Amino acid sequence: MSKNDPMAPSRRRALQCLAFGGAGTLFTLAGGVLTPFDLALAAADRSTAAVGGVPLFVQISDTHIGFNKEANPDVAGTLKQTIELVNAMPASPALIVHTGDITHLSKPEEFDSAAQLMSQLRVSELHTTPGEHDVADATVSEYFDRYGKASERRGYYSFDHQGVHFIGLINVLNFKANGLGTLGSAQLEWLQADLKGRSASTPIVVFAHMPLWTIYEPWGWGTSDAAQAMSYLQRFGSVTVLNGHIHQIVQKVEGNITFHTARSSAYPQPAAGEGAGPGPLKVPDAQLPKMLGLSSVSVRRHPSALTITDSTLA
Amino acid sequence: MLISETNPVRRPRRVRLAAIAASVLVCGSLALPAAAQPPESVVEIKDFMFNPMSLQVPAGTTVRWKNLDGEPHTIRSVDDTFRSGALDQNDSFGFKFDRPGTYRYSCSIHPQMVATIVVK
Repeated sequence: MSKNDPMAPSRRRALQCLAFGGAGTLFTLAGGVLTPFDLALAAADRSTAAVGGVPLFVQISDTHIGFNKEANPDVAGTLKQTIELVNAMPASPALIVHTGDITHLSKPEEFDSAAQLMSQLRVSELHTTPGEHDVADATVSEYFDRYGKASERRGYYSFDHQGVHFIGLINVLNFKANGLGTLGSAQLEWLQADLKGRSASTPIVVFAHMPLWTIYEPWGWGTSDAAQAMSYLQRFGSVTVLNGHIHQIVQKVEGNITFHTARSSAYPQPAAGEGAGPGPLKVPDAQLPKMLGLSSVSVRRHPSALTITDSTLA
Repeated sequence: MLISETNPVRRPRRVRLAAIAASVLVCGSLALPAAAQPPESVVEIKDFMFNPMSLQVPAGTTVRWKNLDGEPHTIRSVDDTFRSGALDQNDSFGFKFDRPGTYRYSCSIHPQMVATIVVK
Protein backbone atom coordinates (compact mmCIF):
# COMPACT_ATOMS: atom_id res chain seq x y z
CA MET A 1 0.00 0.00 0.00
CA SER A 2 1.09 3.54 -0.62
CA LYS A 3 2.56 5.55 2.20
CA ASN A 4 2.07 9.20 2.94
CA ASP A 5 4.95 10.32 0.83
CA PRO A 6 4.74 14.10 0.40
CA MET A 7 6.79 13.81 -2.79
CA ALA A 8 4.18 11.51 -4.31
CA PRO A 9 0.75 12.84 -3.38
CA SER A 10 -2.08 10.56 -4.36
CA ARG A 11 -4.38 11.53 -7.20
CA ARG A 12 -7.27 11.87 -4.77
CA ARG A 13 -5.25 14.16 -2.52
CA ALA A 14 -4.38 16.34 -5.49
CA LEU A 15 -8.03 16.49 -6.50
CA GLN A 16 -9.02 17.50 -2.99
CA CYS A 17 -6.55 20.34 -3.20
CA LEU A 18 -8.16 21.47 -6.44
CA ALA A 19 -11.66 21.50 -5.03
CA PHE A 20 -12.65 24.69 -3.27
CA GLY A 21 -15.96 23.65 -1.77
CA GLY A 22 -17.59 25.50 1.08
CA ALA A 23 -20.86 27.32 1.41
CA GLY A 24 -19.91 30.01 -1.04
CA THR A 25 -16.66 31.13 -2.47
CA LEU A 26 -15.88 34.14 -4.56
CA PHE A 27 -13.20 33.68 -7.15
CA THR A 28 -11.54 36.77 -8.45
CA LEU A 29 -9.42 36.32 -11.49
CA ALA A 30 -7.05 39.05 -12.61
CA GLY A 31 -4.12 38.44 -14.89
CA GLY A 32 -4.48 34.70 -14.49
CA VAL A 33 -4.06 34.82 -10.72
CA LEU A 34 -6.91 33.23 -8.84
CA THR A 35 -7.84 34.42 -5.38
CA PRO A 36 -10.60 32.71 -3.46
CA PHE A 37 -12.46 34.76 -0.84
CA ASP A 38 -15.05 33.56 1.58
CA LEU A 39 -18.44 34.94 0.53
CA ALA A 40 -19.24 36.13 4.05
CA LEU A 41 -16.04 38.16 4.01
CA ALA A 42 -16.83 39.51 0.57
CA ALA A 43 -20.29 40.59 1.70
CA ALA A 44 -18.81 42.43 4.68
CA ASP A 45 -16.33 44.24 2.51
CA ARG A 46 -18.19 46.26 -0.12
CA SER A 47 -15.01 47.22 -1.89
CA THR A 48 -14.36 43.55 -2.61
CA ALA A 49 -17.79 43.25 -4.20
CA ALA A 50 -17.06 46.28 -6.35
CA VAL A 51 -14.06 44.47 -7.79
CA GLY A 52 -16.53 42.14 -9.48
CA GLY A 53 -17.73 44.84 -11.86
CA VAL A 54 -20.73 44.48 -14.18
CA PRO A 55 -22.93 41.40 -13.65
CA LEU A 56 -22.83 39.60 -16.96
CA PHE A 57 -24.61 36.28 -16.69
CA VAL A 58 -25.65 33.45 -14.41
CA GLN A 59 -24.89 29.77 -14.87
CA ILE A 60 -27.28 27.11 -13.68
CA SER A 61 -26.67 23.42 -14.24
CA ASP A 62 -27.87 19.88 -13.80
CA THR A 63 -31.48 20.64 -12.94
CA HIS A 64 -32.40 16.96 -13.64
CA ILE A 65 -36.13 17.60 -13.87
CA GLY A 66 -37.80 14.19 -13.55
CA PHE A 67 -35.40 12.86 -10.90
CA ASN A 68 -37.36 11.72 -7.86
CA LYS A 69 -35.11 9.48 -5.78
CA GLU A 70 -34.08 9.96 -2.15
CA ALA A 71 -31.15 12.30 -2.87
CA ASN A 72 -33.79 14.94 -3.68
CA PRO A 73 -37.44 13.99 -4.19
CA ASP A 74 -38.30 17.61 -5.13
CA VAL A 75 -35.94 18.81 -7.86
CA ALA A 76 -38.64 21.15 -9.19
CA GLY A 77 -38.73 22.82 -5.76
CA THR A 78 -34.98 23.33 -5.60
CA LEU A 79 -34.94 24.67 -9.17
CA LYS A 80 -37.65 27.15 -8.11
CA GLN A 81 -35.44 28.24 -5.21
CA THR A 82 -32.51 28.61 -7.59
CA ILE A 83 -34.62 30.77 -9.90
CA GLU A 84 -35.71 32.90 -6.93
CA LEU A 85 -32.04 33.40 -6.09
CA VAL A 86 -31.42 34.73 -9.61
CA ASN A 87 -34.52 36.93 -9.58
CA ALA A 88 -33.49 38.40 -6.22
CA MET A 89 -30.07 39.49 -7.45
CA PRO A 90 -29.65 43.26 -6.99
CA ALA A 91 -28.66 43.74 -10.63
CA SER A 92 -30.38 41.36 -13.02
CA PRO A 93 -28.06 39.51 -15.36
CA ALA A 94 -29.04 39.73 -19.02
CA LEU A 95 -28.23 36.12 -19.78
CA ILE A 96 -28.56 32.74 -18.21
CA VAL A 97 -26.51 29.76 -19.33
CA HIS A 98 -27.73 26.25 -18.53
CA THR A 99 -24.85 23.79 -18.80
CA GLY A 100 -26.97 20.70 -19.31
CA ASP A 101 -28.85 17.83 -17.77
CA ILE A 102 -31.95 19.98 -17.93
CA THR A 103 -33.94 16.76 -17.61
CA HIS A 104 -33.21 13.39 -16.05
CA LEU A 105 -34.61 11.03 -18.72
CA SER A 106 -35.05 13.23 -21.84
CA LYS A 107 -38.81 12.78 -21.61
CA PRO A 108 -41.03 15.39 -23.34
CA GLU A 109 -42.94 16.07 -20.12
CA GLU A 110 -39.66 16.66 -18.26
CA PHE A 111 -38.52 19.18 -20.88
CA ASP A 112 -41.93 20.87 -20.72
CA SER A 113 -41.83 21.08 -16.94
CA ALA A 114 -38.27 22.49 -16.99
CA ALA A 115 -39.23 25.09 -19.59
CA GLN A 116 -42.26 26.11 -17.57
CA LEU A 117 -40.12 26.54 -14.43
CA MET A 118 -37.33 28.42 -16.24
CA SER A 119 -39.87 30.78 -17.83
CA GLN A 120 -40.03 32.35 -14.37
CA LEU A 121 -36.44 33.60 -14.72
CA ARG A 122 -36.32 37.38 -15.09
CA VAL A 123 -33.61 37.32 -17.73
CA SER A 124 -33.96 38.10 -21.41
CA GLU A 125 -31.93 35.24 -22.88
CA LEU A 126 -31.51 31.59 -21.99
CA HIS A 127 -28.61 29.71 -23.54
CA THR A 128 -28.20 25.96 -23.18
CA THR A 129 -25.97 23.03 -23.99
CA PRO A 130 -27.24 19.49 -23.46
CA GLY A 131 -26.05 16.95 -20.92
CA GLU A 132 -26.04 13.21 -21.59
CA HIS A 133 -29.35 12.99 -19.73
CA ASP A 134 -30.90 15.38 -22.31
CA VAL A 135 -29.95 13.23 -25.30
CA ALA A 136 -30.96 9.85 -23.84
CA ASP A 137 -34.15 9.51 -25.91
CA ALA A 138 -33.90 6.89 -28.66
CA THR A 139 -34.20 9.47 -31.43
CA VAL A 140 -31.96 12.08 -29.73
CA SER A 141 -34.45 14.72 -30.80
CA GLU A 142 -36.33 16.05 -27.75
CA TYR A 143 -33.54 18.44 -26.76
CA PHE A 144 -32.86 19.66 -30.29
CA ASP A 145 -36.58 20.15 -31.02
CA ARG A 146 -36.64 22.66 -28.16
CA TYR A 147 -33.17 24.18 -27.95
CA GLY A 148 -31.60 23.31 -31.30
CA LYS A 149 -32.43 26.49 -33.16
CA ALA A 150 -29.41 28.53 -32.00
CA SER A 151 -27.02 25.84 -33.21
CA GLU A 152 -29.01 24.61 -36.25
CA ARG A 153 -29.38 21.34 -34.32
CA ARG A 154 -25.62 20.78 -34.20
CA GLY A 155 -25.33 21.56 -30.53
CA TYR A 156 -22.47 24.06 -30.85
CA TYR A 157 -22.74 27.76 -31.59
CA SER A 158 -21.35 31.14 -30.56
CA PHE A 159 -22.65 34.63 -29.89
CA ASP A 160 -21.42 37.94 -28.56
CA HIS A 161 -22.71 39.86 -25.60
CA GLN A 162 -21.27 43.07 -24.14
CA GLY A 163 -17.95 42.53 -25.83
CA VAL A 164 -17.60 38.97 -24.56
CA HIS A 165 -17.54 36.09 -27.04
CA PHE A 166 -19.59 33.11 -25.85
CA ILE A 167 -19.08 29.61 -27.26
CA GLY A 168 -21.45 26.74 -26.48
CA LEU A 169 -19.97 23.29 -27.15
CA ILE A 170 -21.51 19.81 -27.03
CA ASN A 171 -19.49 16.88 -25.66
CA VAL A 172 -22.18 14.34 -24.74
CA LEU A 173 -22.63 12.58 -28.08
CA ASN A 174 -20.38 9.79 -29.40
CA PHE A 175 -18.67 8.99 -26.11
CA LYS A 176 -15.37 7.22 -26.13
CA ALA A 177 -15.21 3.74 -24.62
CA ASN A 178 -13.29 5.14 -21.66
CA GLY A 179 -16.38 7.18 -20.81
CA LEU A 180 -14.89 10.57 -21.54
CA GLY A 181 -16.88 13.11 -23.51
CA THR A 182 -15.97 13.96 -27.07
CA LEU A 183 -16.17 17.11 -29.17
CA GLY A 184 -15.33 15.45 -32.50
CA SER A 185 -13.44 16.72 -35.52
CA ALA A 186 -16.33 18.64 -37.14
CA GLN A 187 -16.92 20.68 -33.99
CA LEU A 188 -13.20 21.28 -33.45
CA GLU A 189 -12.86 22.56 -37.02
CA TRP A 190 -15.81 24.85 -36.47
CA LEU A 191 -14.27 26.14 -33.23
CA GLN A 192 -10.97 26.89 -34.88
CA ALA A 193 -12.75 28.81 -37.65
CA ASP A 194 -14.97 30.62 -35.15
CA LEU A 195 -11.94 31.93 -33.25
CA LYS A 196 -9.88 32.81 -36.31
CA GLY A 197 -9.26 36.52 -36.68
CA ARG A 198 -10.66 37.41 -33.27
CA SER A 199 -8.64 39.80 -31.17
CA ALA A 200 -6.71 38.11 -28.37
CA SER A 201 -8.06 40.76 -26.01
CA THR A 202 -11.67 39.55 -26.49
CA PRO A 203 -12.80 37.81 -23.30
CA ILE A 204 -14.01 34.30 -24.15
CA VAL A 205 -16.56 32.21 -22.27
CA VAL A 206 -16.81 28.55 -23.27
CA PHE A 207 -19.61 26.42 -21.88
CA ALA A 208 -20.21 22.68 -22.22
CA HIS A 209 -21.76 20.01 -20.03
CA MET A 210 -18.89 17.64 -19.27
CA PRO A 211 -15.65 19.11 -17.92
CA LEU A 212 -13.30 20.25 -20.69
CA TRP A 213 -10.33 19.02 -18.65
CA THR A 214 -9.83 15.64 -17.09
CA ILE A 215 -10.90 15.76 -13.49
CA TYR A 216 -11.23 12.02 -12.94
CA GLU A 217 -10.92 9.62 -15.82
CA PRO A 218 -12.21 6.44 -14.09
CA TRP A 219 -15.60 8.16 -13.80
CA GLY A 220 -15.47 9.74 -17.24
CA TRP A 221 -15.11 13.25 -15.81
CA GLY A 222 -13.39 14.81 -18.77
CA THR A 223 -13.43 15.26 -22.54
CA SER A 224 -11.06 13.17 -24.63
CA ASP A 225 -10.23 15.82 -27.24
CA ALA A 226 -10.55 18.95 -25.07
CA ALA A 227 -6.81 19.67 -25.30
CA GLN A 228 -7.24 20.35 -29.02
CA ALA A 229 -9.95 22.92 -28.25
CA MET A 230 -7.78 24.54 -25.59
CA SER A 231 -4.90 24.88 -28.03
CA TYR A 232 -7.12 27.22 -30.10
CA LEU A 233 -7.97 29.25 -26.99
CA GLN A 234 -4.49 29.64 -25.52
CA ARG A 235 -3.69 32.92 -27.29
CA PHE A 236 -6.63 34.76 -25.71
CA GLY A 237 -6.01 36.89 -22.66
CA SER A 238 -9.10 35.81 -20.72
CA VAL A 239 -10.81 32.46 -21.22
CA THR A 240 -13.45 31.14 -18.81
CA VAL A 241 -14.52 27.52 -19.30
CA LEU A 242 -17.76 26.60 -17.53
CA ASN A 243 -19.03 23.06 -17.11
CA GLY A 244 -21.52 21.05 -15.07
CA HIS A 245 -21.95 17.27 -14.92
CA ILE A 246 -20.13 16.55 -11.65
CA HIS A 247 -22.54 18.49 -9.37
CA GLN A 248 -19.82 20.19 -7.35
CA ILE A 249 -17.30 22.97 -7.70
CA VAL A 250 -13.90 22.08 -9.00
CA GLN A 251 -11.67 24.79 -10.38
CA LYS A 252 -8.34 25.01 -12.12
CA VAL A 253 -6.36 27.80 -13.74
CA GLU A 254 -3.98 27.07 -16.57
CA GLY A 255 -2.31 30.13 -18.06
CA ASN A 256 -5.11 32.51 -19.03
CA ILE A 257 -7.74 29.76 -18.99
CA THR A 258 -9.93 29.32 -15.91
CA PHE A 259 -11.87 26.05 -15.68
CA HIS A 260 -14.85 25.90 -13.36
CA THR A 261 -17.58 23.33 -12.76
CA ALA A 262 -20.86 24.49 -11.21
CA ARG A 263 -23.07 23.01 -8.54
CA SER A 264 -26.31 21.30 -9.53
CA SER A 265 -29.72 22.63 -8.54
CA ALA A 266 -30.91 19.04 -8.03
CA TYR A 267 -28.54 16.86 -5.99
CA PRO A 268 -24.87 16.57 -5.06
CA GLN A 269 -22.48 13.88 -6.23
CA PRO A 270 -19.51 12.39 -4.36
CA ALA A 271 -16.05 13.89 -4.73
CA ALA A 272 -13.89 12.18 -7.33
CA GLY A 273 -13.06 8.64 -6.35
CA GLU A 274 -15.12 8.69 -3.14
CA GLY A 275 -17.18 5.52 -3.06
CA ALA A 276 -18.22 3.08 -5.78
CA GLY A 277 -19.03 5.57 -8.50
CA PRO A 278 -20.64 8.84 -9.49
CA GLY A 279 -24.34 9.20 -8.88
CA PRO A 280 -26.86 10.98 -6.66
CA LEU A 281 -25.44 11.48 -3.17
CA LYS A 282 -27.91 11.35 -0.29
CA VAL A 283 -27.00 13.89 2.37
CA PRO A 284 -28.92 14.95 5.51
CA ASP A 285 -31.91 17.14 4.57
CA ALA A 286 -30.48 20.21 6.31
CA GLN A 287 -27.25 19.90 4.37
CA LEU A 288 -28.81 19.57 0.89
CA PRO A 289 -29.48 23.28 0.15
CA LYS A 290 -25.87 24.04 1.07
CA MET A 291 -24.73 21.73 -1.71
CA LEU A 292 -27.03 23.11 -4.42
CA GLY A 293 -26.66 26.42 -6.17
CA LEU A 294 -25.54 28.47 -9.12
CA SER A 295 -22.62 30.51 -10.37
CA SER A 296 -22.67 34.12 -11.51
CA VAL A 297 -20.06 35.75 -13.65
CA SER A 298 -19.11 39.40 -13.70
CA VAL A 299 -16.83 41.23 -16.06
CA ARG A 300 -14.27 43.87 -15.26
CA ARG A 301 -12.76 46.02 -17.99
CA HIS A 302 -9.25 47.29 -18.67
CA PRO A 303 -7.94 44.72 -18.74
CA SER A 304 -10.94 42.49 -19.23
CA ALA A 305 -11.24 39.85 -16.57
CA LEU A 306 -14.14 37.68 -15.48
CA THR A 307 -15.08 36.93 -11.89
CA ILE A 308 -17.00 33.80 -10.91
CA THR A 309 -19.15 33.87 -7.77
CA ASP A 310 -20.73 30.68 -6.46
CA SER A 311 -23.90 30.85 -4.37
CA THR A 312 -25.85 28.12 -2.61
CA LEU A 313 -29.55 27.80 -1.78
CA ALA A 314 -28.78 28.07 1.94
CA MET B 1 -39.18 -5.73 -33.97
CA LEU B 2 -38.97 -3.28 -31.14
CA ILE B 3 -40.77 -3.94 -27.90
CA SER B 4 -40.53 -1.36 -25.18
CA GLU B 5 -42.43 -1.39 -21.96
CA THR B 6 -42.43 0.19 -18.54
CA ASN B 7 -42.50 -1.72 -15.27
CA PRO B 8 -43.12 -5.15 -16.72
CA VAL B 9 -44.40 -7.80 -14.35
CA ARG B 10 -42.42 -11.04 -14.35
CA ARG B 11 -44.72 -13.94 -15.14
CA PRO B 12 -44.25 -17.53 -16.31
CA ARG B 13 -43.69 -17.61 -20.06
CA ARG B 14 -47.00 -19.30 -20.87
CA VAL B 15 -48.98 -16.72 -18.93
CA ARG B 16 -46.91 -13.92 -20.47
CA LEU B 17 -47.55 -15.18 -24.00
CA ALA B 18 -51.21 -15.49 -23.26
CA ALA B 19 -51.17 -11.89 -22.09
CA ILE B 20 -49.37 -10.78 -25.23
CA ALA B 21 -51.81 -12.75 -27.38
CA ALA B 22 -54.68 -11.14 -25.51
CA SER B 23 -53.21 -7.68 -26.03
CA VAL B 24 -52.82 -8.46 -29.73
CA LEU B 25 -56.49 -9.30 -29.86
CA VAL B 26 -57.32 -6.08 -28.08
CA CYS B 27 -55.14 -3.63 -29.96
CA GLY B 28 -54.75 -5.66 -33.13
CA SER B 29 -51.66 -3.73 -34.16
CA LEU B 30 -48.78 -5.77 -32.79
CA ALA B 31 -47.65 -8.36 -35.33
CA LEU B 32 -46.29 -11.54 -33.81
CA PRO B 33 -44.03 -13.87 -35.81
CA ALA B 34 -45.58 -17.11 -36.99
CA ALA B 35 -43.69 -19.17 -34.40
CA ALA B 36 -45.84 -19.49 -31.34
CA GLN B 37 -43.02 -19.29 -28.78
CA PRO B 38 -40.34 -16.77 -29.75
CA PRO B 39 -37.26 -17.30 -27.55
CA GLU B 40 -36.42 -14.59 -25.08
CA SER B 41 -33.31 -13.77 -23.07
CA VAL B 42 -32.82 -11.22 -20.33
CA VAL B 43 -29.90 -8.91 -19.60
CA GLU B 44 -30.05 -7.28 -16.21
CA ILE B 45 -28.46 -3.88 -15.55
CA LYS B 46 -27.19 -3.56 -12.03
CA ASP B 47 -24.40 -1.55 -10.37
CA PHE B 48 -23.50 0.07 -13.70
CA MET B 49 -22.95 -3.33 -15.37
CA PHE B 50 -24.73 -5.38 -18.00
CA ASN B 51 -25.22 -8.93 -16.77
CA PRO B 52 -24.27 -11.05 -18.63
CA MET B 53 -21.75 -8.86 -20.39
CA SER B 54 -21.60 -11.31 -23.26
CA LEU B 55 -24.74 -13.15 -24.27
CA GLN B 56 -25.06 -15.72 -27.04
CA VAL B 57 -28.52 -16.36 -28.48
CA PRO B 58 -30.00 -18.10 -31.54
CA ALA B 59 -31.34 -15.87 -34.32
CA GLY B 60 -34.93 -14.88 -33.70
CA THR B 61 -34.40 -14.32 -29.97
CA THR B 62 -35.79 -11.23 -28.31
CA VAL B 63 -33.31 -9.85 -25.80
CA ARG B 64 -34.84 -7.87 -23.00
CA TRP B 65 -32.80 -5.46 -20.88
CA LYS B 66 -34.06 -4.56 -17.45
CA ASN B 67 -32.58 -1.69 -15.42
CA LEU B 68 -32.40 -2.47 -11.71
CA ASP B 69 -30.25 0.60 -10.88
CA GLY B 70 -31.57 3.84 -9.42
CA GLU B 71 -29.64 5.63 -12.16
CA PRO B 72 -31.05 5.67 -15.68
CA HIS B 73 -29.32 3.72 -18.43
CA THR B 74 -29.74 3.34 -22.17
CA ILE B 75 -29.00 0.59 -24.68
CA ARG B 76 -27.20 1.82 -27.80
CA SER B 77 -25.61 -0.54 -30.29
CA VAL B 78 -22.31 0.67 -31.69
CA ASP B 79 -23.57 0.28 -35.28
CA ASP B 80 -26.96 1.82 -34.43
CA THR B 81 -28.92 -1.39 -35.10
CA PHE B 82 -30.90 -0.87 -31.89
CA ARG B 83 -31.27 1.89 -29.34
CA SER B 84 -33.51 2.44 -26.35
CA GLY B 85 -34.65 5.59 -24.68
CA ALA B 86 -33.62 6.29 -21.08
CA LEU B 87 -34.64 3.41 -18.84
CA ASP B 88 -35.45 4.43 -15.30
CA GLN B 89 -35.35 1.91 -12.46
CA ASN B 90 -37.33 -1.25 -13.37
CA ASP B 91 -37.96 -0.09 -16.94
CA SER B 92 -37.14 -2.56 -19.67
CA PHE B 93 -36.43 -2.58 -23.38
CA GLY B 94 -36.59 -5.43 -25.87
CA PHE B 95 -35.09 -6.04 -29.29
CA LYS B 96 -35.53 -9.07 -31.54
CA PHE B 97 -32.33 -10.29 -33.19
CA ASP B 98 -33.14 -11.80 -36.58
CA ARG B 99 -29.67 -11.63 -38.13
CA PRO B 100 -26.60 -13.54 -36.93
CA GLY B 101 -23.68 -11.36 -35.94
CA THR B 102 -21.82 -9.77 -33.06
CA TYR B 103 -23.54 -6.70 -31.68
CA ARG B 104 -21.57 -4.45 -29.35
CA TYR B 105 -23.54 -1.96 -27.33
CA SER B 106 -23.13 0.50 -24.49
CA CYS B 107 -25.05 2.89 -22.26
CA SER B 108 -25.01 6.39 -23.74
CA ILE B 109 -25.19 7.94 -20.27
CA HIS B 110 -22.40 5.78 -18.85
CA PRO B 111 -20.32 4.77 -21.87
CA GLN B 112 -17.88 2.77 -19.79
CA MET B 113 -20.73 0.21 -19.61
CA VAL B 114 -20.09 -1.96 -22.66
CA ALA B 115 -21.35 -5.45 -23.53
CA THR B 116 -21.99 -7.78 -26.45
CA ILE B 117 -24.80 -9.87 -27.91
CA VAL B 118 -23.67 -12.70 -30.20
CA VAL B 119 -26.42 -14.00 -32.47
CA LYS B 120 -25.77 -17.43 -34.02
